[in-house]
Amino acid sequence: MDTKRKNNKAWFLVAPVVFVVAFTAIVPLMAVANYSLQDIQGFDNRLFVGLDFFKLVATDPNIQNAFMRNLWLSAQVLLIQIPLGIFIARLMPRSGWKASAALVVVAIPLIIPWNVIGTTWQIFTRSDIGLGGVLANLFFEYNTTASPFDAWVTVIIMDTWHWTPLVALLVYAGLRSIPQAYYQAAAIDSASPMAIFRFVELPKLRRVLLIAILLRFMDSFMLYTEPFVVTGGGPGDSTTTLSILLTTIAVGQFDVGVAGAFSLMYFLFIQIFSFIFFTVLTIDERPGATKVTKPKKKLFAKAGGAANDN
Amino acid sequence: MTTKTELTAAGKKRSSFFDFRSWLFWLIMAVWALPVVWLVSMSFRDNADILSEFAVIPTSISLNGYMEFFSDRSWIGSYMNSVTYTLLNTVMSLVVALPAAYAFSRYTFSGDKHLFFWLLTNRMAPAAVFLLPFFQFYQSLDLFDTPFGVALAHMLFNVPLAVWILEGFMSGVPKQLDEIAEIDGYKFGRFFLTIFIPMIRSGIGVTAFFLFMFSWVELLIARTITATSAKPIAAQMTRTISASGIDWSLLSAAGVMTIIPGVIVIWFVRNYIAKGFALGRV
Repeated sequence: MDTKRKNNKAWFLVAPVVFVVAFTAIVPLMAVANYSLQDIQGFDNRLFVGLDFFKLVATDPNIQNAFMRNLWLSAQVLLIQIPLGIFIARLMPRSGWKASAALVVVAIPLIIPWNVIGTTWQIFTRSDIGLGGVLANLFFEYNTTASPFDAWVTVIIMDTWHWTPLVALLVYAGLRSIPQAYYQAAAIDSASPMAIFRFVELPKLRRVLLIAILLRFMDSFMLYTEPFVVTGGGPGDSTTTLSILLTTIAVGQFDVGVAGAFSLMYFLFIQIFSFIFFTVLTIDERPGATKVTKPKKKLFAKAGGAANDN
Repeated sequence: MTTKTELTAAGKKRSSFFDFRSWLFWLIMAVWALPVVWLVSMSFRDNADILSEFAVIPTSISLNGYMEFFSDRSWIGSYMNSVTYTLLNTVMSLVVALPAAYAFSRYTFSGDKHLFFWLLTNRMAPAAVFLLPFFQFYQSLDLFDTPFGVALAHMLFNVPLAVWILEGFMSGVPKQLDEIAEIDGYKFGRFFLTIFIPMIRSGIGVTAFFLFMFSWVELLIARTITATSAKPIAAQMTRTISASGIDWSLLSAAGVMTIIPGVIVIWFVRNYIAKGFALGRV
């Protein structure tokens, strides 16, 4: 392995990116911080209120409920989409035109604008004109505008429909990078399909699965457009995510102080989470890091020379 | 990789017509396709037909939705707005991300790890946080309601993504290439533009696809910093829903129209999609 050269002139190459992101991220965030510390009544009439808005946000029952609801949503999203994504990825054809076709078909939900996803599901689940809604009503009462439970389930199913393909594609990429020799070695050992998954595939998928969990957690934690179009956050506030609530406070009520404090706390929570994930994700790349590869070594030893092509 | 002797995940040869796993996969995909198929079927019926009878297979076909879409300036205009700022964003993001990704893949420099993490956190930032300041900031800079303004705002999450994906692809090119070029007397700029960039063109293609896609699907920011003259197609759709009943036929037709560009682009990069989704780092 060749090592990277230390060269601080590289900062010149990075400068445009730093400038652009500073313009689009830091300046607005400073404005947010500014809002959160002052009560702005008019152009010349502003009062420094310190952390009052933060206390208000931290004790507001609506925001607390939305936070718990959103955590619960993310947990359900991960529990359903990660196993389902792995399942679908393992079924996907690996070669020939079928593999290309499968990739395109699987990826389609990902390229549909988010509000069109909402529109599609709104049409699909309506009990008068939607295929899904009409079919569901044959078996049980189903109405997303009246029943909070139905609305919640619809949001979960819609999100699963929208984002499981992302998990499937990531896992598919991970599976394709596993050398055939590993499978041959497992076949010689006459390992069961479960054992192959547990000891050959899962260790190799660790990295892509971490990326998948990170992306799915983040994106479900800032879910806005799809539930907004389908349920509008209702009935009541049963499907109001943190982003929907924040947008209502910021743009709807124009309550900039509360919105500013809310934004900063929201942002901070996400940053802490990404930091933990980023640390876990890059832990293998540090000098002196040890990799746990015990089960693989066992297969290696039996497969003999076949393992050399890795 | 030879296809004749290839083994599947289960370790057995699969060549028979009745391949259970393959059938199961396409069955799942058929169920997956239902909502979109339903949208397409709605787009080819007119409103009276949609509301009067529930039919799994449409009994009469009508192009009213599409006719309305293509004859109304505000629909076509907003569609073109979306295409414009999406393309602008793709080009602008690539231009700034290419040198940065090169720096991250080739050199260590003071604060590089922190900078990389900081860039990534912007990809993870909730768009809702930026609404209010963007709204005021872009108005005060006269960027409000312009395609350029939206393209700039979308760089918030697209530039970090581009740097991340490109860095992965660039790290796959051996560093010896750079050293040989330097020995041969290439100046950095010439080497970068005439040798290095052509070498990673597939990576650039994939990155462009992701930039296009994430800018195309975003609604919240684009809607907030536009009013009329740069209104995205997505906002046009949500604003029409509330007006005197819902024009299901037109709405479905517009929905189908927004899916088409993505399908075309996805076909070109199908073999790299999965790699790009793992951000070039599988």
